[in-house]
Amino acid sequence: MSSADGLRIRLHWARSDFELHVDLDLPAKGITVLYGASGSGKTTLMRCVAGLERPANAWVRVGQDLWQDDAQGIFVPTWQRDLGYVFQEASLFEHLNVQKNVAYGLKRSPKQGATEALAAAIELLGIGHLMHRQPASLSGGERQRVAMARAWATQPRLLLLDEPLAALDLARRQEILPWLEKMRDELRVPMLYITHSADEVARLADALVVLENGSVKACGAAQDVLARLESPALVGEDAGVLLHGTVVQRDAQWHLAQVEFPGGCLWVRDLGRALGQRVRLRVLARDISISSDEPQDTSIQNHLQGTIEAIVADAHPSQAMVRIRSGESILLARVTQRSLSALNLATGAAVWAHIKTVAVIA
Amino acid sequence: MNLPLNKEAWDAIGLTLELAACATLILLIVATPLAWWLSQTRSKWRAPVAALATLPLVLPPSVLGFYLLVAMGPHGPLGQLTQALGWGVLSFTFSGLLLGSVIFSLPFAVQPIQNAFESMGVRPMEVASTLRASPLDAFFTVALPMARPGLLTAAILSFSHTVGEFGVVLMIGGNIPGKTRVVSTQIYGHVEALEYAQAHWLAGGMLVFSFAVLLALSMLRQPVRRVLP
Repeated sequence: MSSADGLRIRLHWARSDFELHVDLDLPAKGITVLYGASGSGKTTLMRCVAGLERPANAWVRVGQDLWQDDAQGIFVPTWQRDLGYVFQEASLFEHLNVQKNVAYGLKRSPKQGATEALAAAIELLGIGHLMHRQPASLSGGERQRVAMARAWATQPRLLLLDEPLAALDLARRQEILPWLEKMRDELRVPMLYITHSADEVARLADALVVLENGSVKACGAAQDVLARLESPALVGEDAGVLLHGTVVQRDAQWHLAQVEFPGGCLWVRDLGRALGQRVRLRVLARDISISSDEPQDTSIQNHLQGTIEAIVADAHPSQAMVRIRSGESILLARVTQRSLSALNLATGAAVWAHIKTVAVIA
Repeated sequence: MNLPLNKEAWDAIGLTLELAACATLILLIVATPLAWWLSQTRSKWRAPVAALATLPLVLPPSVLGFYLLVAMGPHGPLGQLTQALGWGVLSFTFSGLLLGSVIFSLPFAVQPIQNAFESMGVRPMEVASTLRASPLDAFFTVALPMARPGLLTAAILSFSHTVGEFGVVLMIGGNIPGKTRVVSTQIYGHVEALEYAQAHWLAGGMLVFSFAVLLALSMLRQPVRRVLP
């Protein structure tokens, strides 16, 4: 995923009680999620990229723009960096109405077609009717959408989002997530997105960086990082893989749709996606069971044939995590150690994976 | 209409208002950057400067007035400076009174503005910087407008505090009618001359004025209703 126009970050940040040490080469498009527990250094890393913090020894480059290089004594102040930043709590300017809030950055960064871009963002985020309201009268979800439009309005080359949904309740999150997906798909600006929610990782991440105690534990395409058994990004009930596929068939009688992906086909609930549309599927490890024979007479609709690539112990001693390769795709299954022993399964064995639930997440 | 106040009293009222207005204007210009610096800096000079700016609050006005009188006098450092600049000696003049008032009311201007800047936190300025606003631009378009209630409080407090000042005026102004005699010293004069009726009118006026100021302040401080996210 290395590229000349991507985001390169090398920095070393030391405080008495915390050390952040990263060397990252991130893609120039899509959403790169920074994932990790509280205190893992996600926000510090993002603030360093924005120039809101100034680590003593860092090198930050976005495309051809060098933002910080302490070897050369270069440090571009935040206001001269071509970026947008959405903070965890929507920090609107309370003394300005919504219209003036979204226009604040635009006025200071006049770019070709910026007014049209802002109009598009306002339309996309559905905030057109709020323009003359004061921030204090908006709901949390509305405030966050205004903050996103305001950050977007400067048409930055990089959009930084620091847990934009964390301060919102579940219903408001569900309200904003589709807007974020639309921004990703339609506005084509690379985003760095902080979250500690497994759901947001699954739904939004194109690339994934897992941080732990200030260092990078895993980094790569989200699909690959999530399919890793060693140092898994998502653990426990959240463990599972992402599959990207295309709708190839719709069964009107049973309201099912068939999605083809590199490794097989899966039947999923028909959510009205058109034939040929790309979808993102999430399959949790706890929803897969394994057998050595082809299944017969079962209520489970989806069965994939594959080979066991690896088996590792899970958190609880009764459980094991099994990585199964099916065609070009990887599945993770959580099964009991006893069943592995009973079925005499080991690395290399040919198996059937039975998938109880597939979530269509985008 | 035959008003119960004589010309001297009206002169004193006029001079008081002029003094308070000038002092307020100067204080806002001086105190705003000082309050901003105090709210942002991590310098080791912060504590001493903050203490100095607060000193007039606890110092007896006569002490402050005494030092100002000495400093502004023909042999004081300030007096030598003003003489060298060709402004003459400031003590017993309106300018001297103005300088004394500005110093005397400084904490009343600095503290509300500083509180306003501090309660704003760093976030609004950070947001402005991510929206391409230079630090100066952000100060004028974000910090100042957001600190408006603090600035208004500072202006009202500076004005009314200057109107009510007595000790410093007496020490450095000399109570010269039409030149440095303000309402508070005028009242003192009336009482000394046993003109109680005149003193009553002026004192009553001050009472009503002070009450109105405090009423305005408390109405200003009423919490703004806001919808929490």
